[in-house]
Amino acid sequence: MPHSNNTTEKDWQEVQDSPEFARLRKAVRGFAFPVTIAFLTWYLLYVLLTAYARDFISIRVFGSVNVGFILGWLQFLTTFGIAIAYSRYANRKVDDLAAEIRIELEAQADATTSAPEGGPAK
Amino acid sequence: MSFVPQLAAGAAPSGGGHETLTIVLFGVIVALTLGITVWASRQNRTAADFYAGGRSFTGFQNGMAIGGDYMSAASFLGITGIIALYGYDGFLYSIGFLVAWLVALLLVAELMRNTGKFTMADVLSFRMRQRPVRTAASISTVVVSIFYLLAQMVGAGELVSLLLGVSSAAAKNGVIALVGLLMIIYVVFGGMKGTTWVQIIKAILLMIGTAVLTIWVLAKYGFNISALMDAAATASGKGTSFLEPGLRYGVENADATKTLISKLDFISLGLALVLGTAGLPHVLIRFYTVPDSKAARKSVNWAIGIIGLFYLMVLVLGLGAAALVGGEAITAQSKGGNTAAPQLAEALGGQGTSLGAAMLALIAAVAFATILAVVAGLALASSASVAHDLYANVIRRGKATDAQEIKVGRWAAVIIGAVSIGLAIPAQNLNVAFLVALAFAIAASANLPAILLSLFWRRFNTRGATWGIYGGLGSALILLIFSPNVSGKATSLFKTVDFAWFPLSNPGLISIPLGFIFAIVGALTSTELDKAKWAELEVRSLTGIGSEKAAKH
Repeated sequence: MPHSNNTTEKDWQEVQDSPEFARLRKAVRGFAFPVTIAFLTWYLLYVLLTAYARDFISIRVFGSVNVGFILGWLQFLTTFGIAIAYSRYANRKVDDLAAEIRIELEAQADATTSAPEGGPAK
Repeated sequence: MSFVPQLAAGAAPSGGGHETLTIVLFGVIVALTLGITVWASRQNRTAADFYAGGRSFTGFQNGMAIGGDYMSAASFLGITGIIALYGYDGFLYSIGFLVAWLVALLLVAELMRNTGKFTMADVLSFRMRQRPVRTAASISTVVVSIFYLLAQMVGAGELVSLLLGVSSAAAKNGVIALVGLLMIIYVVFGGMKGTTWVQIIKAILLMIGTAVLTIWVLAKYGFNISALMDAAATASGKGTSFLEPGLRYGVENADATKTLISKLDFISLGLALVLGTAGLPHVLIRFYTVPDSKAARKSVNWAIGIIGLFYLMVLVLGLGAAALVGGEAITAQSKGGNTAAPQLAEALGGQGTSLGAAMLALIAAVAFATILAVVAGLALASSASVAHDLYANVIRRGKATDAQEIKVGRWAAVIIGAVSIGLAIPAQNLNVAFLVALAFAIAASANLPAILLSLFWRRFNTRGATWGIYGGLGSALILLIFSPNVSGKATSLFKTVDFAWFPLSNPGLISIPLGFIFAIVGALTSTELDKAKWAELEVRSLTGIGSEKAAKH
């Protein structure tokens, strides 16, 4: 049964098993998973310090600004930093890999639709 | 205070004057947003226009709209209030709400855009049996949206009672009903295109309003944040402990159990905040309004920038309100602190002066725009899910026409609006940021496990999705019903009875892990595994092939 874009079920599994797709998957997960673990750990550390290390959190760094506010502002800074780093990474390492596979698949689908009597090319 | 621009002394302040100004400004906001809605309604031709704004917004526009959706009454009124009353502890809300965007950016936004069409359930049901999964996703969409909605309505009621100086229940309820009515109009006529433009304009107004207040507050303290903190701590009457954790959450007292519970409650809140965003249906469907996944990424980046800047300013507003208005004056007006921001605006202009009245009216109008825009976005997400998932796909099994579907969506908006109005009325004493945190806890428990496992776990299946959604949703709601929010305390919904056995006010700490456990156990106990659909989902989500294209008008 053809899908909306004329790619068959068999094709999807072929693509999924291809080395190009494995590279793409690795590129996506290789950044997203470890970085997610890292920022969640850093955030939970902040929450736990606030709950259980009151003396440390309350140390004044300058004027009335204490460690807690500094750590909070650092959370803002790391969030901005990770967002920027991810976009640069995705632009450089992920988008091209994805485009390659997409263009190849679309070319295949076009070949299928432009051959009206040939049936789906498998 | 010589730098404070004083209005001409001739403009004698009078109570009647500021009320007229307020009503005029509110009228302008309503007229503007309705105008956009009517304009957008003429451009809605297809279901993709109605639900996804034709997928033709740019990354920057959608980033602004996401910011508009996210900087709700909870963020502006709620967080300002909670910082003004409890100092440091309120700051956690800002941090959690912001860091949460990284989950959406890294794990969800682009993959959703590549695989979905109109609703959250499109992605969840992609490789599952349609009817059970869409039903579950639709129910949790509606529940999360209603919790979020009622927070906005509580904010609206408080705002108007502050402005008009009335505290009568009838007046507040009238306002809540009016907001509900407007919300229905936006959704019925404007669809996603109208709603998105309303969000963009609101985001601009809110950023300008917040920036003006921030600079004004900082100027009073010589742009010295430490001096502002000192003033806030002194005025709070709590001294340096105002700037340290423990006034609101993780309260330490002689009873070790109480201390433990209070600290666990804080951790629970922290967890709900950071994991909730990527499960909020009205945020997720925003990713469908852009042409492709790259634009979805860009829009989240813009959103993070705008929202981060906003929360940094909200900290200044909260501290400013503590220093210049004072906790007593704030709680006298609103028990939850929800009116701290407009009260700060009045204090900056000068209480009892025309400038003060003008500032109050302006900031309240901005807050009102905020509420209207967020309410419209929420109503759209939830009614779209009822119409598209529950009606078109489950009841009519995909045989409904666009016109029938949109008609059902309109009725759904009416009913959802009515339910949130009904719930908002008894919830009026609660802080709106706290209320929204409950919506976050439910979203993180019910939706996030199913979304993440659906996108990344090969073994996931129909039973996993339905168990995850119902399990997470059910445990969050049950824990909530038996929490001190609902009964047993002076601040509870039902003060006179006590059936609370769950001590935490935010259920996230227990219900989020439960949501994941239900989802995983459900998946493992079912043998269903559609390898072909999993291949299609994974290839499509990562490459963007076959994704919905932008409408070409």
